[in-house]
Amino acid sequence: MSALNSTPPVEIPDLEEQTMDRAKESFYTATQFQLMWLKFRRHKLAIIGMFVLALFLIAMLFAEFLAPYGSQSRDADYLFGKPQSIHFFDDDGNFRGMFVYSVISQFNIDTMQVDLVEDRSEIRPVNFFAKGEPYKMWGLIKGDLHLFHVEDAFIHLFGTDSLGRDVYSRVIFGTRTSLSIGFIGVIISFILGLAIGGVSGYFGGLIDDIVQRMIEFIRSIPTLPLWMSLAAILPKEWSPLRVYFAVTVLLGFLSWTTLARRVRGKLISMREEDFVFAARIAGSSDARIIWRHMIPAFLSYIIVDLTVSFPAMILGETTLSFIGLGLREPVVSWGVLLQASQNIKAIEQHPWLFFPAIFVVISVLAFSLVGDGMRDAADPYSH
Amino acid sequence: MPGDDQLLLEVKNLKKYFPIRRGAFGTVKKTVKAVDRVSFFIKKGETFGLVGESGSGKTTTGRLILRAMEPTEGEVIYHLEDREPFDLMKLSKKELWEFRRYSQMIFQDPYSSLNPRMTVRDIVAEPLIATKALQKEAVTQRIRETAKKCQVSIEFLRRYPHAFSGGQRQRIGIARALVLNPPFIVCDEPVSALDVSIQAQILNLLNDLQEELDLTYLFIAHDLSVVEHICDRVGVMYLGRLFEMATTRDLFFSPRHPYTEALMSAIPAADPSIIMEPIKLTGEIPSPINPPEGCSFHPRCRYAQPICSQSIPEWKEYSPEHFAACHFAGELELKGAFK
Ligand SMILES: Nc1ncnc2c1ncn2[C@@H]1O[C@H](COP(=O)(O)OP(=O)(O)O)[C@@H](O)[C@H]1O
Ligand code: SF4
Ligand SMILES: [Mg+2]
Repeated sequence: MSALNSTPPVEIPDLEEQTMDRAKESFYTATQFQLMWLKFRRHKLAIIGMFVLALFLIAMLFAEFLAPYGSQSRDADYLFGKPQSIHFFDDDGNFRGMFVYSVISQFNIDTMQVDLVEDRSEIRPVNFFAKGEPYKMWGLIKGDLHLFHVEDAFIHLFGTDSLGRDVYSRVIFGTRTSLSIGFIGVIISFILGLAIGGVSGYFGGLIDDIVQRMIEFIRSIPTLPLWMSLAAILPKEWSPLRVYFAVTVLLGFLSWTTLARRVRGKLISMREEDFVFAARIAGSSDARIIWRHMIPAFLSYIIVDLTVSFPAMILGETTLSFIGLGLREPVVSWGVLLQASQNIKAIEQHPWLFFPAIFVVISVLAFSLVGDGMRDAADPYSH
Repeated sequence: MPGDDQLLLEVKNLKKYFPIRRGAFGTVKKTVKAVDRVSFFIKKGETFGLVGESGSGKTTTGRLILRAMEPTEGEVIYHLEDREPFDLMKLSKKELWEFRRYSQMIFQDPYSSLNPRMTVRDIVAEPLIATKALQKEAVTQRIRETAKKCQVSIEFLRRYPHAFSGGQRQRIGIARALVLNPPFIVCDEPVSALDVSIQAQILNLLNDLQEELDLTYLFIAHDLSVVEHICDRVGVMYLGRLFEMATTRDLFFSPRHPYTEALMSAIPAADPSIIMEPIKLTGEIPSPINPPEGCSFHPRCRYAQPICSQSIPEWKEYSPEHFAACHFAGELELKGAFK
């Protein structure tokens, strides 16, 4: 290398870059997740979805506080009660804050039936952050503070069911159960997918072949009949809690295949990436290469896949419980609640029993919207 | 062959066959002979050029002689200052790990070769940290020195690669390769992905570093014109095989392989008095999955004889340090780019 010696030494061409403003510098020093957030933020619907999911998360964490009643508390004289109206003005048109009326039974001579009507003689103000029915938060911490409470009467925003239980409170508790099943199921499928897909993709060869055939087999089984037969195996005498764990594990075990495929595909393509060769030549161990280079490069895709697989978990639980093979009372989940609205008559006469379905739809939509935004943000380095 | 004390490494009969699967169930098994029976040597302190069209197996050869991948067969004997000669391919995992500080690589693509999720500092530091070459306290100092040497400004160390253009990224890649002070560097087409205006800067940097640090380079390129200015000796590759190896002077004055002659004729002559008819290579480059029998160049060779499609020509030394693989290398009068 001598012929080029005659050319003068080179100036560093980036001198003006050094004087660039702070904003640019912070972009240049932005981590992967900061760049992803910049991209995600542009999706308005995904942001809304995320906000909705945050609300669900709060409901899940603080169900006892948000629900005015326990999931099994009954108002024996308000069976199949309609959602109560919230009032702000009394009959004279005076503003009285938020309040409800109590409900009384009245015999209707025309229909020969007992009607439940509002007792407009006295208003029952809705108190916020008030003491109400005592509870144990997550079965551990005693408390009696509720977001709202009505003294000397009841408040059933979404009405009551056949036993007089508050549908709103039960939907809130159902949110906890259904989402936690989603979370645990997703974690199980995450661990299985990462481990099995990782082994399959990193080692290849015979192991890979076996795993791939196994995945194809699992994926070729129609889901609903499989769930039904697996759920039918669950002993009837198991406690609801055990059934809860069994259903969760079941859903997790059936949904890892997509993730395993993703992990395998990513590993195989990444083995040939230049920066992986560079790391190997630099003397990095296999463990360091996987941990430092490969996992960060596909973690974002895994998070997307997990987000997108969440609705499947929720719908899986709902379906199983709805057809009576999943969770049972006294565990309350969205699926268990929807069981009560199984026939047309129920929906026609007590449409409020259908409220849990709205929650299922909203949560599934929210997860899909967030998933869409994340999919776009998953690779912040593409142009 | 030069004496052992002059040699940095000797490659003997190196092969890399990639299995590929075809057919609906991956049942049809074939191989790509990416590198096939390649033998050459590199002397201490020189720049050895490896030239060939895209897909001829240069990158694979470069990776193999650093054992970034396992060869199908073959030896790579290193002669390092403080050690007995050893075959890189026989080293244990631990020995290979210790070897890493003697050789590094500069990559063709300055984008895919830098992990976008690591800061420049972490990228440059990786060889130091992975090989545990330095105490923690000394790492920062070494990174700063190396960055300066490679014209990477210290303020850039906290940034991520997405902040930089191709040329600046390549400097970061060079800093990573040099941070361990290795005596040997494989430069895999280090400028071919860069703007022409940046290419000379990077080549100059590599040249200065070589003088300052007494480096030996394996310089991979896809055309002869770059090699002419940079390399002391050159090897020419085609479809996984080495066709010719000689000093740059020898090769450019009197090539012995018809393929080299064809490549030469395509170089725009610096001296207009030498008028060379470009030799048109007829036909497509054959697929490396089904290379032609015998001499793999025969379908495109204008000197081909019946024997060329029947037997593989031997790799032989025709004059001191001038090797070629052609049945007629001793007889043909071929034209070089220089006279
Ligand atoms: N990992 C791989 N698997 C299968 N074939 C490969 C692989 N790497 C390289 N090849 C093939 O080997 C041949 C040589 O490739 P390469 O060494 O990259 O050539 P060059 O660097 O000269 O362009 C090509 O035909 C390429 O397709
Ligand atoms: S061996 Fe025959 S085909 Fe091959 S380069 Fe020589 S003359 Fe041409
Ligand atoms: Mg290449």
